[in-house]
Amino acid sequence: MITEREKILRRIREALTLSAPFPGEHGHGLGNKAHGTPAPIQSAKPWLPAGGETVESQIEKFRLASTDLNSDFQLAASEEEAHHILAETAEREGWKKVATHRGGLCDAAVPKLNLPVMPTDDGYDVLEMEACDAGITECDALVAQTGSVLITNTSAGGRALSILPPHHVVLARLDQLVGDLTDAFALLKTKYHSRYPSMISFVTGPSRTGDIERILVLGAHGPKKLTIICY
Amino acid sequence: MRITLFIPCFVDSLYPNVGMSMVKILEKLGHQVECPEEIACCGQPAFNSGYWEESRAVAEPVLARLRQSEVVVIASGSCGAMLKVFYPQMFAKTEWAEAANELSPKVWEFSDFLVSKLGVTDLGAKFPAKVTFHDGCHGLRELGIKKAPRMLLEKVSGLELVEMPDAETCCGFGGTFAAKFPMISTAMGEVKCSNAQTTGADYIVSNDSSCLMHVQGLLSRQQSPIKTIHLAEILANS
Amino acid sequence: MKAFVEEFKEQARVITRDLRHRGLIQTALRKYEVARDRRKGAFGNWQMARQAAAEIKYEAINHLDTYLAEFADKLMDRGTQVHWATTPAQAREIILGIIKSKNAKSIIKSKAMTAEEIHLNDAMEKAGYEVVESDLGEFIVQLRREPPYHIVFPAMHLTRDDISALFEKELGSAPTREPEELTMIARRALRKKYITADVGITGANFAIAETGMISITENEGNARLTAALPKTMITLVGIEKVLPKLEDLALFLPMLATAGAGQTLTGYNTMYGGPRQKGEIDGPEEFHVVLLDNRRTELLADPEQRDALHCIRCGACLNVCPIFKNVGGHTYGTTYSGPIGSVITPHLRGLQDWKHLSNASSLCGACTETCPVKIDLHHHLLQNRRNASEQEPSALERFAYKGFAFLINRPGLYQFAKEMGRLLEPLHKMVKGSKLDPARSWTSTRDLPSMPSQSFKEWWRNR
Repeated sequence: MITEREKILRRIREALTLSAPFPGEHGHGLGNKAHGTPAPIQSAKPWLPAGGETVESQIEKFRLASTDLNSDFQLAASEEEAHHILAETAEREGWKKVATHRGGLCDAAVPKLNLPVMPTDDGYDVLEMEACDAGITECDALVAQTGSVLITNTSAGGRALSILPPHHVVLARLDQLVGDLTDAFALLKTKYHSRYPSMISFVTGPSRTGDIERILVLGAHGPKKLTIICY
Repeated sequence: MRITLFIPCFVDSLYPNVGMSMVKILEKLGHQVECPEEIACCGQPAFNSGYWEESRAVAEPVLARLRQSEVVVIASGSCGAMLKVFYPQMFAKTEWAEAANELSPKVWEFSDFLVSKLGVTDLGAKFPAKVTFHDGCHGLRELGIKKAPRMLLEKVSGLELVEMPDAETCCGFGGTFAAKFPMISTAMGEVKCSNAQTTGADYIVSNDSSCLMHVQGLLSRQQSPIKTIHLAEILANS
Repeated sequence: MKAFVEEFKEQARVITRDLRHRGLIQTALRKYEVARDRRKGAFGNWQMARQAAAEIKYEAINHLDTYLAEFADKLMDRGTQVHWATTPAQAREIILGIIKSKNAKSIIKSKAMTAEEIHLNDAMEKAGYEVVESDLGEFIVQLRREPPYHIVFPAMHLTRDDISALFEKELGSAPTREPEELTMIARRALRKKYITADVGITGANFAIAETGMISITENEGNARLTAALPKTMITLVGIEKVLPKLEDLALFLPMLATAGAGQTLTGYNTMYGGPRQKGEIDGPEEFHVVLLDNRRTELLADPEQRDALHCIRCGACLNVCPIFKNVGGHTYGTTYSGPIGSVITPHLRGLQDWKHLSNASSLCGACTETCPVKIDLHHHLLQNRRNASEQEPSALERFAYKGFAFLINRPGLYQFAKEMGRLLEPLHKMVKGSKLDPARSWTSTRDLPSMPSQSFKEWWRNR
């Protein structure tokens, strides 16, 4: 018996026996021009929004994008200062309990808050996580071009930690800042050697919606607040 | 230069002054103008309605006659697009394919011809009025004409050009569309008119009489004081 | 049943007179335009980026068999169950089968146009399951029991007052004029659903062949929750969504965001390559991907319009379309409205039934100009018109165009016709706009120009 997969693939092959006009060549006769595979994406880099060449310009881009996105971007001069910013945030927001995961940056910072902590690494209760005031995670990279935080379920304590609590706090090192999305995908490839975690996400600002009269509202379903503490 | 001037059917019968203005301008610039009697319509109405065979019946004599021309100037961006862009598609895989491909580069919309081909922008025209320019879609998007009419208007003495919001948005004419879907066409025209009215202009100018026919039709029904005029009529005014 | 064309015309007649609707849509889309132009300005070269995107999609679609097989195989390698559906009925059956086998009761859904296409919610509800749309706009239109108004902005036809009244009636909330408060009402209502849902259903914006991943673009985080909490995740995806490489997203994600909503990047762009893997903390135990054809292969077989499968469903063509702006999304009566809907619906649901959408266009080309993947949209409308009249010509129209050709090719006859026109003009003034007026479709809202005493040709001959 022929499977549905084989039926669909057959129909596709049959359909493709006729060739189509190349993009931008409509109305100039049907597909009689030979074209190779498209150029690698790196060659499209100059057409895209710039990510900045130097670290300084990348920081500047990331800062501007964060303002635009209503992300709270904090650049600390030292680890100590970063921890201080985290503690201040906890106090200002009145956190009573936070959720986090194991990792170099989190392990160094979170215990200093002296708050009840729910770790996700060995499994967790969803209701308990939902009741936490913040989810504190690490990340894979920060992207200057777009003001995004690149996370995976491996780097950021699973799929839910960064999306369920009302405040997502990201701890990052400055050397995790990359220029643009092409750099971010290259980094992923190197880091995971094509054994990617089952979830990769570019988080660009806090959760938002414009579904009511195109008016921006933060915290539609995910976190209302996104704080990025980088040092 | 020997110029074949193509005056499309509706310009011929409804807006003769547009054609007369073009003749006046081209002759003043020292060119020889011919207007072949046997050419009347480009065949667009049938083409746009999907009746390509019936359109070809209109277009073949046009193609046959214009083949001999050195350069063809046409009094409408829409009809210009038909000759330049759609003839090669409509005649593809027919015995006229080559003729259609050969004709295409010789066809010019009037304002584009003056500016891009002849390199003329100042025609010594006078027109003391405030005007706003409407870009006909075919001229704008099929032929890529945006700057030429504005460059010509800027040189007209006494004329003040004010851009309207959404100048590039369709007026809602669209040929047979205006009669097949009058409610949509009318709504689009109303939006266009109210955008033009916000400029406080005395005239809506375009390089396409078909758009102007639609816009003028709405304006006169609304008894609006704003008037429409073809670019060539302004340029011929001295 | 009334013909689709009559229904379209009737609704268009009503809504084009609805100035409140006209104002609402114009205001919303003006906001979009300002944001979009600002983001486009940040691109090094938007036009070159469009060409690059079009070329990648061209590669993907014109080698769809290879990429689709690669996509499916890579997904299966990591424990995803891949299903193939030729028809909407098959897709519904597959999805209902999974739900049944899980003994599921409640289902949370994030926005998926493919699910609209196969009327999945109806099928699930009929089978007795509770289905909740989690995207705010979708949640609103679901409460109103109507389809999304726009593929990206499902509730853009409603005001805050409309939504407040709806929530008051359906959720028992207190009336408010604050969009923020309205959003929080929905957030609270939906949070409970996430926690209890057994199955999460999503769509996908891209299907990455190289790595076997789906990519979902969203702003609210509802899709991320849908993919994180329920034990079973089902993704329904059209077969045309394929991109060859993961890094192609570096181009497509910003283009989708810019063209679709005037954003640099949408809030969450998330790639999923499987269910929860060994050693991972959370995520669904089962991940099912359902690949839907639903006559996409027929569109693929038309090389002239094959590029319509490049579509990334950004909605940019709707946003610039003067027809869409005046008739609105619901008038189309289709899953996909606006220019892309007018192009593809005749392929997906029958040319003769849906050719009127291709006729209901002034062919202005604003859609083609804006499309981020350079689909030749307005020319495809022309091709649909040609195909429709070749297949089933209207006797009246054909007679008229043949008659016109006969007349216009004979200068003497054409001259005679113009003279007749001038003679008849005073008579026409007597019936103008009335039922007897043959030009009534024009003259009921517009004046006709009066015929000058001399045509251009007469002047030319006599000069």
